[in-house]
Amino acid sequence: MSLLEITDLHARVAEKEILKGISLTVNPGEVHAIMGPNGSGKSTLAGVLSGRDAYEVTSGEVLFDGQDLLELEPEERAQLGVFLAFQYPVEIPGVNNTYFLRAALNSIRKYRGEEEMSAPAFLKLVREKMNVLHIDQSLLNRPVNEGFSGGEKKRNEIFQMAVLDPKLAILDETDSGLDIDALKTVAEGVNALRSPERAIIVVTHYQRLLNYIVPDFVHVLSGGRIVKSGGKELALELEAQGYGWLESGSTSELVAA
Amino acid sequence: MEISLKTETMTVPNSYLRDFTGTDTGSDNLGPAWLSSLRQRAAARFAEVGFPTRRDEEWRFTNVSPIAETPFTLATKAQSALSPEGLSRFTYEDMAGTQLVFVNGHFASELSSETFPDGVTVKTLASAMAEDSPLVETHLGKSAKFGTEAFVALNTAALEDGAFVHIAAGAIVTAPIHLIFVSTADSGPTVSHPRTLIVVEENSQVTLIESYAGPAGQVYFTNAVTEVVVSENAVVDHYKVQRESEKAYHIATMQIALARSANFSSHSIGLGGQLIRNDINAYLGGEGIECTLNGVYLGKDKQVFDNHTSIDHAMPHCNSHEIYKGILNDYSRGVFNGKIFVREDAQKTDAKQTNQTLLLSPYAQIDTKPQLEIFADDVKCTHGATIGQLNAEALFYLQARGIKKDDARALLTYAFASDIVSRIKVDAIRSQLDRVLLAERALEGIAG
Ligand SMILES: Nc1ncnc2c1ncn2[C@@H]1O[C@H](COP(=O)(O)OP(=O)(O)O)[C@@H](O)[C@H]1O
Ligand SMILES: [Mg+2]
Repeated sequence: MSLLEITDLHARVAEKEILKGISLTVNPGEVHAIMGPNGSGKSTLAGVLSGRDAYEVTSGEVLFDGQDLLELEPEERAQLGVFLAFQYPVEIPGVNNTYFLRAALNSIRKYRGEEEMSAPAFLKLVREKMNVLHIDQSLLNRPVNEGFSGGEKKRNEIFQMAVLDPKLAILDETDSGLDIDALKTVAEGVNALRSPERAIIVVTHYQRLLNYIVPDFVHVLSGGRIVKSGGKELALELEAQGYGWLESGSTSELVAA
Repeated sequence: MEISLKTETMTVPNSYLRDFTGTDTGSDNLGPAWLSSLRQRAAARFAEVGFPTRRDEEWRFTNVSPIAETPFTLATKAQSALSPEGLSRFTYEDMAGTQLVFVNGHFASELSSETFPDGVTVKTLASAMAEDSPLVETHLGKSAKFGTEAFVALNTAALEDGAFVHIAAGAIVTAPIHLIFVSTADSGPTVSHPRTLIVVEENSQVTLIESYAGPAGQVYFTNAVTEVVVSENAVVDHYKVQRESEKAYHIATMQIALARSANFSSHSIGLGGQLIRNDINAYLGGEGIECTLNGVYLGKDKQVFDNHTSIDHAMPHCNSHEIYKGILNDYSRGVFNGKIFVREDAQKTDAKQTNQTLLLSPYAQIDTKPQLEIFADDVKCTHGATIGQLNAEALFYLQARGIKKDDARALLTYAFASDIVSRIKVDAIRSQLDRVLLAERALEGIAG
C-alpha cells in the first residue's frame, strides 16, 4: 500500500481556488521533489496535508496509510507520522525549545502506545541528532526559534524531524535563503533520515538543493496543477530553462525525461 | 460615549456609617489618642466623599455600586474560626518562612508563627498600638492619605487591627514573611478592612507576601490598605497574591515610600474575586532608587480587574520598570491606568511602562491608559500597550508537532506571562502561577 495517496485534490483560500486537481502517490522510501514558481501552490499543498485551517478542501481525497487524512486535526496527523518543516518557522517566546520538543515527542509516543521518554533518554537522543545538524547546545535552551538566524531556524526544523521520526516529511523550501554550508548541513541531515520506511516530499523553488538531496521523482507544480512529472533529470532541465516556459502555458518545449 | 449615572455622589448606606464612625460603635476609646483622632477624621471624610461613581475619572470603568448596595457586616471573632486544615488551602506547603494570619480582620494567633528571625518584628497593629509604638505613630496613615480616596478613608475609619512588620537596619531576612488575610462569610456578607504597615530600615533586605483569600462561593468585601516605608539602601521584594472567592469584592491600596538607593519590587498576582481594584502608588523620594511594579491577572466569567498604578519620580537618577499583563477569558474585563510623574528635580529618570493584554474570548475587554506627566527635560520615559489574541501561527506550529490544541493554547498563554513569572523569586508562588497558567497541566520545564 502506498503511504500517501492524493487524488484530484482541489483547495481554496479566501474564496480563491489554489489547488486545481492534484494527484500524487508516494510510497515508503521515496523522495519526491515538488518544484514550481512562486505562488504556484506549493505551500498550499503542504498546508492542506498538515491541516492548516486557512485552506478549504473543496473536493478530492487524501489517504495516509489508507486513512482519510483530511478529517484529522493537525496534531492527529503529526501523531500518525506527518511532519511539516515550515517555510517560515514560528518564533514562540516563553516556550523552551527542549521542553517543546519533548512535549511533542511524548505526545506522539503516547498516541503510538509507547511510553513517555525519560529525560536522560531524551537528552541522549537530542545530543545525537544535534551533532548531525551542527545545532549548538545553546539553541536548545532558548525559546523556540526566538532570535535564531534564518539558517538556524531551518536546521532546527530538520533537527525536530530527526527527533520526531515521522513516516512522511514535507520540507517546504527548507533550502531557501541558506548559504552553501547551511544547505549542505540541511541536506546531510535529510539524507541521514532517508530510509525504506520513510517518505520525503521536498518542496523547493530552486534546483540547487536537489544536487544534495537526490530525489526519486520530480513534479512541476504550476497554477495549482502538476504539469509535469519525471525523474531527477527533470530538475536539471527546469534549472536550464527556468520557470518562464510555464507562463507561456506550454509544456511541449520541455523535453520529456 | 459618556457613562450614564444615577447620582453624582453615591449616598453612603447607613450600615457603613454605623459600623465605621467611632461614635456609633463606641470603639473610639481603643488605642492612643492620635489613633482615635485619625479614625474620626477618616470617618468624617468618608461620610463626606461617599463611594466613588463612574463620573469620577479614577473610577470611569469600574462600578462599585454593588459594594455600596450589599449589606456587608463586620464579622465577630466568634464568626471567624478557621482550622489549620482550612488555612492550608491558602498557604504554601513547601515554603520556608513565617506567617501572620487574620480571619475577617481578627488576628488568629493559633495559626500564626510564634517567633520571627533576628531583626524582624512581626505583630498585630493592635498590640503595637497598645504599646504606643512610636514607629506606628510616625508612619501609620502617613503615606496612605485619604483626600478623595473613599476606600482608604473607610479602611482608616475602621482601623482597629492589622499587621505590623518592622525590619531592623542591616537585617537580611531570607525566608519570606507571609501575611494572610482570610475572609469567611458563612452567615451572610461580611466586610473586613485589612491594614498593613511595613517599615524596612536601612541596608536591610526582606521578602514579603500578602495573600488575600476566601472560600469559593462566599460573598464578602475586602477593603485593604498597605503602607510600605523603605529606608535608604534597603531591598524589598513584595508579593501580593489575590485569591478571593469568585463572588468577593476586593479593593486595595498599597502606598510605598522609597528613600535613597532603595530597591523595591512589587509582584501583583490577581486570580480571584468578582470585582477587583488595586491601587499601587510609589513615591520615589531619593536618588538612585530602583522601583519595579509588575502585575499579572487572569480573568474569567464576568470578573473585573481594575489596576491603577502611580510612580512618582521626585528625585534624579531613579529607574522604574513596570509590566502589567492581563489574560482575559469569557466576559471578563480589565482596566489598566498607569501614571508616571517625573518632577522637575527628577533629571536622569529612566521609566519604562508596558501593558499587555491577551484576550482569549471575543467578549473579553480591556481599557488601558498610560498617563505620563513629565516636568524634567533630561529623562527617558517609554510606555507601550498591546492587546492581542493567541498567535494562530504559533498555535498551528505547536499542533503540527503533535501537541493537542488545548495544550497548545495553555502553553502559549503560559508563554505570554512568562517574563513576569520568571521574575518571581519565591519558588512556591512561581509554581502556583505556573499551574494556574497551564490550567493544571503537568508541563514542567516549559520556561524558556
Ligand atoms: N492565506 C492566504 N490568503 C490569501 N491568499 C493566499 C493565502 N495563502 C496563499 N494564498 C495565495 O495562494 C497562492 C499560492 O500560494 P502558495 O501556496 O504560498 O504558493 P508557493 O508556496 O508555491 O509560493 C498565491 O497566489 C497566494 O497569494
Ligand atoms: Mg511557499
